[in-house]
Amino acid sequence: MKIPSSIWTLLIGIVLTLASLWYGQNHGLLPTAASDEAVLVDGLFNSMMTVSVGIFLIVEGVLIYSVFKYRRRAGDNEDGPPVEGNVPLEILWTAIPAIIVIGISVYSFDVYNEIGGFDPHAVHEAPINQSSMNMPGAAFAQRAGTALAATLTDTPPSTAPNLNQEKSDEAMQDPATAAVRNADQIPQLRNAPGVGSVAPTLGSSPDKAGQPASLAVNVTGLQYAWIFTYPETGITTGELHVPIGREVQINMTANDVIHAFWVPEFRLKQDAIPGRQSEIRFTPNKVGDYALICAELCGPYHGAMRSQVVVESQENFDKWMQKQLVASHETLNQAVAVNPANLTPDEFLAPYTKEMGIQPEILHQVHK
Amino acid sequence: MTQAQIQETANFPVRIDEPGARKWRDYFTFNTDHKVIGIQYLVTSFIFYCIGGVLADLVRTELRTPEVDFVSPEVYNSLFTLHATIMIFLWIVPAGAGFANYLIPLMIGAKDMAFPRLNAVAFWMIPVGGLLLVASLAVGDAPDAGWTSYPPLSLVTGQVGEGIWIMSVLLLGTSSILGAINFLVTLIKMRTPGMGVHQMPLFCWAMFATSALVLMSTPVLAAGLILLAFDLLAGTTFFNPTGGGDPVVYQHMFWFYSHPAVYIMILPFFGAISEIIPIHSRKPIFGYKAIAYSSLAISFLGLIVWAHHMFTSGIPGWLRMFFMITTMIIAVPTGIKIFSWLATMWGGKIQLNSAMLFAIGFVGTFVIGGISGVMLAAVPFDIHVHDTYFVVAHLHYVLFGGSVLGIFAAIYHWFPKMTGRMFNEFWGKVHFALTIVGLNMTFLPMHKLGMMGMNRRVAQYDPKFTLLNEICTYGAYILAVSTFPFIINAIWSWMYGEKAGNNPWRALTLEWMTTSPPAIENFDGFPVLATGPYDYGLERANEGVPLSDPNPLLSAGPNSVLRADPDEPYPTIESDLEQRVSGNKD
Ligand code: HEM
Ligand SMILES: [Cu+2]
Ligand SMILES: [Cu+2]
Repeated sequence: MKIPSSIWTLLIGIVLTLASLWYGQNHGLLPTAASDEAVLVDGLFNSMMTVSVGIFLIVEGVLIYSVFKYRRRAGDNEDGPPVEGNVPLEILWTAIPAIIVIGISVYSFDVYNEIGGFDPHAVHEAPINQSSMNMPGAAFAQRAGTALAATLTDTPPSTAPNLNQEKSDEAMQDPATAAVRNADQIPQLRNAPGVGSVAPTLGSSPDKAGQPASLAVNVTGLQYAWIFTYPETGITTGELHVPIGREVQINMTANDVIHAFWVPEFRLKQDAIPGRQSEIRFTPNKVGDYALICAELCGPYHGAMRSQVVVESQENFDKWMQKQLVASHETLNQAVAVNPANLTPDEFLAPYTKEMGIQPEILHQVHK
Repeated sequence: MTQAQIQETANFPVRIDEPGARKWRDYFTFNTDHKVIGIQYLVTSFIFYCIGGVLADLVRTELRTPEVDFVSPEVYNSLFTLHATIMIFLWIVPAGAGFANYLIPLMIGAKDMAFPRLNAVAFWMIPVGGLLLVASLAVGDAPDAGWTSYPPLSLVTGQVGEGIWIMSVLLLGTSSILGAINFLVTLIKMRTPGMGVHQMPLFCWAMFATSALVLMSTPVLAAGLILLAFDLLAGTTFFNPTGGGDPVVYQHMFWFYSHPAVYIMILPFFGAISEIIPIHSRKPIFGYKAIAYSSLAISFLGLIVWAHHMFTSGIPGWLRMFFMITTMIIAVPTGIKIFSWLATMWGGKIQLNSAMLFAIGFVGTFVIGGISGVMLAAVPFDIHVHDTYFVVAHLHYVLFGGSVLGIFAAIYHWFPKMTGRMFNEFWGKVHFALTIVGLNMTFLPMHKLGMMGMNRRVAQYDPKFTLLNEICTYGAYILAVSTFPFIINAIWSWMYGEKAGNNPWRALTLEWMTTSPPAIENFDGFPVLATGPYDYGLERANEGVPLSDPNPLLSAGPNSVLRADPDEPYPTIESDLEQRVSGNKD
């Protein structure tokens, strides 16, 4: 019995669909999803994977089928049928990819919105209050301001607020952050192309729009370490600890070259750029230790620039915080007593190196 | 020669001191014959491919283990920086220019390029720029800020190496601008009468789109690099944040060229594949106009997608969405090409020789790179995998699977034209098999590595990735081995291969309507188009060329523009003169 080709097509179509759907859900290509954002991104990836597997199988299938079916037999010197085009077919295969990419775009747009890509508050934060300028660390901020004024004398005066400067000042109110960042050496950019000045972010998701994140951590990238400062408690660490289930905001910048903050389990990445303040928000939702990786080439020891993110229960987080407070008190005093600008980076970093798991020799080598 | 003949010879404006290769030594001169220049480009770029390949295998050897144990991290960074720079600027881009030089005048029935001397100048910048770059290894201060050379890192690594890198890339960029001007003018002005744009072979369309793209984007890179050189050498602060400069502006300038650069690298081979598939499937290309105009569409869209390389660095939210959408749209014209190639093969009489195998490999591999490209365009996903091995996998599927397989397909296809001899098919197939296995073994696991958390440009990595990295490394060794059959085969076949005749593939495009290798100045007078470039299986084609003749000499019909005996591959000056003289008489 000869099976009609329409039935074959149908059968193949069903098999293809099932295979794509199955693989799209069971590819095992992504690490654990440990943040609310990661779950959304994975949903997007799985759908793209489903569509991709389908397209892949069709194209490779047709290719391999043609190679076997339409192989030239020995001695056959005829030409094939002179088919030069087929307008409906061409319209069809222009329309289908167009619809697919529009679909993926819309879905991506939605996920991007959900994870806070459009958070308007990220760029239009309220200006900092004046009184905070008297807090420790403001000295740095003011110096940074002077340096900026000097570089801007040639450009027409602008009354628009310098958002990068504001964000930087805000972070510098925390003495621990001020001690780590060399904001006085790198003027804050006035106008980055596009919106305002703060490097784009992933802000709060729409349902939390307008509310401040429940925990803010300042992060400074430098060759080859991440330094975390917790403004609420004034501690400095080489490891990021965050409590589970609370929205965390990372405020980052870099002291020397561009670094990138990447936690694969959170599916988030953001460059830390000298002269710019950037931020991302996320909500960790799985207890565990994750790697924090620098994803932007930052020099020979780029591969060694990694650290831990510890997601733990609120209780453990508080305990850890308590321990750090005691431990870091001395180092902090030291750091504030000695002007860090007068220290070479490895002298400055020495107290933290043990904690960061970096050999002091490496630091010395790289900061000569 | 009779007295009269000598007289005529004397009057005939043959440029005896002029171009063309009669001895191997002519390939080392400032030759202005487009065919010589084409081969100069191809051989030079292939040599750089070997150098870049050795560097790649050194990189992979370091990555076989998670520790830094083979080279120092500084050297490692130089290795991948040079690998990428060489592969892009000294292999793929010049190889495309090489084919364009060789083929465009032949395909459109012209005697040479519009500006032969400019052409030679453009070529000679390549070895100079390349040697400069390689020399930086010798001075012990090779560039190590990646081929993207982002400031501020590029401003704080070695000054000498970085300076050399900028100089060299500027030279190579200038060369490609000069080449592009030449291709455009030649394509517009020098087509044989009777060849409208819709009779142009698709390779010419592809080169037209490529050249337009080169002219629009390369100057921006040059500007960026010159500003970077100022920052590096003169202490300005265009991009240096310590003086208030903005490193992200460099990224915009860099990617404004370097994204289009991937189309500059791939479009010529889209063109080549559009030539190869119909000939070896014995069918007209399906959707000629769709393919032709999709090249232009890709070229235009290619200019407005650059910021998808910067989704994690510094562009505002709405702009990310804009670049996401433009990037996605490029998938449409690319898809049109792929489906048209498949439809061309469908129902054909496919001859599975080495050229066709590589062309099929090209389509099959490029699809994977294209699909992962669409995934990368989706901003939320790109944020996760940007700067990881997923990107390394994607770019190699596009550049190796796309461009390099395309180059090999084109070499196997046009080798008989260039040398007058056939490639050895058996070793061609061995080459193909090793390449496909090596390619997928090297680059397929990288997708997973990147998604799981391996960042790119690192000499040390998490030990949990060891197994996949070992697979990649052995794949890379297979790739290295795969080039040996090719190199030996190419040299051997060039010297002793079976004679090819003028048109071994029974093709219809004009380059096959002259001798193999073509004589200096390609054609006598203007060749006449008897058929369209892809009229296989059509009645009108069979009138012009005896297609079913298994051993066609193409002596008859309106396309008989032959000017020499097919069995005499290298016309000597004397035979050349005699030809002209006798041709002149009647
Ligand atoms: C011979 C086989 C090849 C192997 C084994 C290979 C291997 C590699 C590896 C392992 C990397 C990543 C280096 C790192 O991130 O540390 C890399 C990067 C790269 N390769 Fe290849 N490659 C090959 C061929 C090519 C070809 C043909 C091209 C053509 C353009 C190319 C272009 C690049 C580019 C642009 C990069 C990015 C470098 C960067 O991250 O800065 N490669 N290659
Ligand atoms: Cu870093
Ligand atoms: Cu890094």
